[in-house]
Amino acid sequence: MLDHLGLIPLLPFLGFVLSGAFGKRAGKAFVTIVALSSVGLSAILATVAVFQYNATYPDGKPLIDVVGQWFQSGGIGADIAFRLDHLSIIMLMVVTWVGFLIHLYSVGYMAHEEGYYRYFAYLNLFLAAMLILVLGSSYLFMFVGWEGVGLCSYLLIGFYYEKDTAAAAGKKAFVVNRIGDFGFLIAMFLMFQHIGSVDFTKVTAAAASGGLAPSVATAICLLLFLGACGKSAQIPLYVWLPDAMAGPTPVSALIHAATMVTAGVYMVVRSNALFRLSPTAMAVVAIVGALTALFAATIGVAQNDIKKVLAYSTVSQLGFMFIGAGVGAFTAAIFHVVTHAFFKACLFLGSGSVIHAMSGEQDIRKMGGLHKKIPITYWTFTVATIAIAGFPLFAGFFSKDAILAAAFSTPFNPGVGKLVWLLGTIAALFTSFYMYRMWYVVFHGEFRGSHDQEHHLHESPATMWIPLVILASLSIVGGFLGIPNLWEGRSVNWIERWMEPLFASIQGHGTGLFEVPPFQEITIALVSTAIALVGFVLARKLYLNRGLATDESFEQKTPGLAHTLQNKYYVDEGYDAVVIDPLNRISVFMWRVIDAIIDGLLSLGAYTVAAFGDLMRFFQTGNVRNYALMFFLGVVIFLFVYV
Amino acid sequence: MIPTNYFLILSAILFSIGVLGVLTRKNGITIFMSIELMVNAVNLTFIAYARQYHSLHGLIFVFFVMAIAAAEAAVGLAIFIRLFHHRETIDVDEANLMHW
Repeated sequence: MLDHLGLIPLLPFLGFVLSGAFGKRAGKAFVTIVALSSVGLSAILATVAVFQYNATYPDGKPLIDVVGQWFQSGGIGADIAFRLDHLSIIMLMVVTWVGFLIHLYSVGYMAHEEGYYRYFAYLNLFLAAMLILVLGSSYLFMFVGWEGVGLCSYLLIGFYYEKDTAAAAGKKAFVVNRIGDFGFLIAMFLMFQHIGSVDFTKVTAAAASGGLAPSVATAICLLLFLGACGKSAQIPLYVWLPDAMAGPTPVSALIHAATMVTAGVYMVVRSNALFRLSPTAMAVVAIVGALTALFAATIGVAQNDIKKVLAYSTVSQLGFMFIGAGVGAFTAAIFHVVTHAFFKACLFLGSGSVIHAMSGEQDIRKMGGLHKKIPITYWTFTVATIAIAGFPLFAGFFSKDAILAAAFSTPFNPGVGKLVWLLGTIAALFTSFYMYRMWYVVFHGEFRGSHDQEHHLHESPATMWIPLVILASLSIVGGFLGIPNLWEGRSVNWIERWMEPLFASIQGHGTGLFEVPPFQEITIALVSTAIALVGFVLARKLYLNRGLATDESFEQKTPGLAHTLQNKYYVDEGYDAVVIDPLNRISVFMWRVIDAIIDGLLSLGAYTVAAFGDLMRFFQTGNVRNYALMFFLGVVIFLFVYV
Repeated sequence: MIPTNYFLILSAILFSIGVLGVLTRKNGITIFMSIELMVNAVNLTFIAYARQYHSLHGLIFVFFVMAIAAAEAAVGLAIFIRLFHHRETIDVDEANLMHW
């Protein structure tokens, strides 16, 4: 299996081709079988490959499977090659298995949809692209997957293309991602120029040997981070992600929560050798991450669409991951990617189950008291809520705490680290609060929807609740991958040991791995726990009995703040005014004025020819004797001139 | 012997009559006859020169011209028959479909 890593992305791609080409005629059963078996098989193959890899390379040396040369031009070139190492293995397992669960869920969720085959074709294509992204052995090959997932994201956000909002949201996601891709591309050009290769191994070696000027490293890192901001929805490019909720809910779970949006974090961790060279870039990553985490969490407090709350929560959690990357806790960042994939996928799928039960209703103000009607969804949602809020022993607690503890004691920019820790902790408070607010409003209190909706309330089918249960279980136990080292001696932190081979030592720098002292670890864990509890207690006090009355009184007492939050700080409006409007004006100017001049010049030529043609037309009288006369005159003139 | 010039002058007169006929007549058949007149005027020129230079080339040319004229007459008459079927007339001024 290790020589055929290409099969792992190839299988979902074949699924895409089959479903896409024949799915419409062959029917839903065919599509279901093709989609599930291709993804399931790919997941099994990936698992087999991981076991074989572990047996072959116990030291964590990367395995490169070269399929062939892609191109070679002058001094630069790239291979089509797959790379298996401890980082790509983590991503591979998350992507294939969570992807499989969400495929399974989609079978139930999309059962009554018109474009069933189209949906699964796109979803398979997405998985193929995502697998290329995580398995590619160079930035360039990774970029193929990077663009591929962007395309699938666009297609799936706009899945309900008859709706204008969905089509516009897809376009927005695509355009905003282009801005990030621009940064990624320039970063690759710089690598070609200064390192001569975009291969992960060579880039890491070049960075580790100290052969890279700090200014160049900073430039490459900041440009890469711009790419990561686009894909992973960080300030200032986060605006597309909340709108992306226009797509089907399982898509939000898979693409816009669990896998694709974490690609930016993966890329930054992949480039850790470069980032460790540049304290400036690290500081930028940490600060942007912290600001995003806090900013999005505050917006999440005032949203009433169940998916919008989760979307802002995703943006906020991605911010946490970048805090981890930015303070040098790359392991913690990846750890949070994994746990977040579990509990956020569970939350999104749970919200899909709620929406399904509510006959398509997404407004939490119309819900309430659902815990008795849909118990499985309720319990899984509860587990995931506790996990994201960071209650001890649940998955989110360990990963978030690892990030915050590292931020507090980081050797990279210690001042920035402390600030980022503070912002992150406040964001964690908001996280706990908005999650429990939603939980109380949706599942507790009185039902507030219409009579029809109440009548239709039902638990989802097994294909939907089985993934929920599995993901909820993972949200409970997922955190034990990274138990912090509180005791001297034997390390119990599996993920930290696992990730160790990835951090090449850099000449003239520390290893980049740093230990958080146990005392500090415990203190920060206690603070985080207290914060999560405060959020819970606040939400319980405000929403358990009073329900929506709290929101209303908040709006009456401080209408300015409430409206600002509800309208997401008017960021979209600001972008409209500053970027989009001027662009539109320039475009209209180009169209109406410049275009008219260019067209006019061309048309002038055309009209001249046409006018001459009109003149010549009068010779065509259609009268035979006229033609004969002209012929005769022509001969006479010819004779006079030439004879 | 009659001088060659006389033949040439006669030929020129016949040719001019033919040209005038083509240009002034409306009736298709008359135009056709005028064309034949022009063709035969040219034939006369050929023969006149053949006699003067004692060459067979001019005579052979005449045979070719006559054969081609016969073929042309067959095609032309067929066209006029079709035209008559369509229009009940062979007045060439009436056949002006290609008019601008």
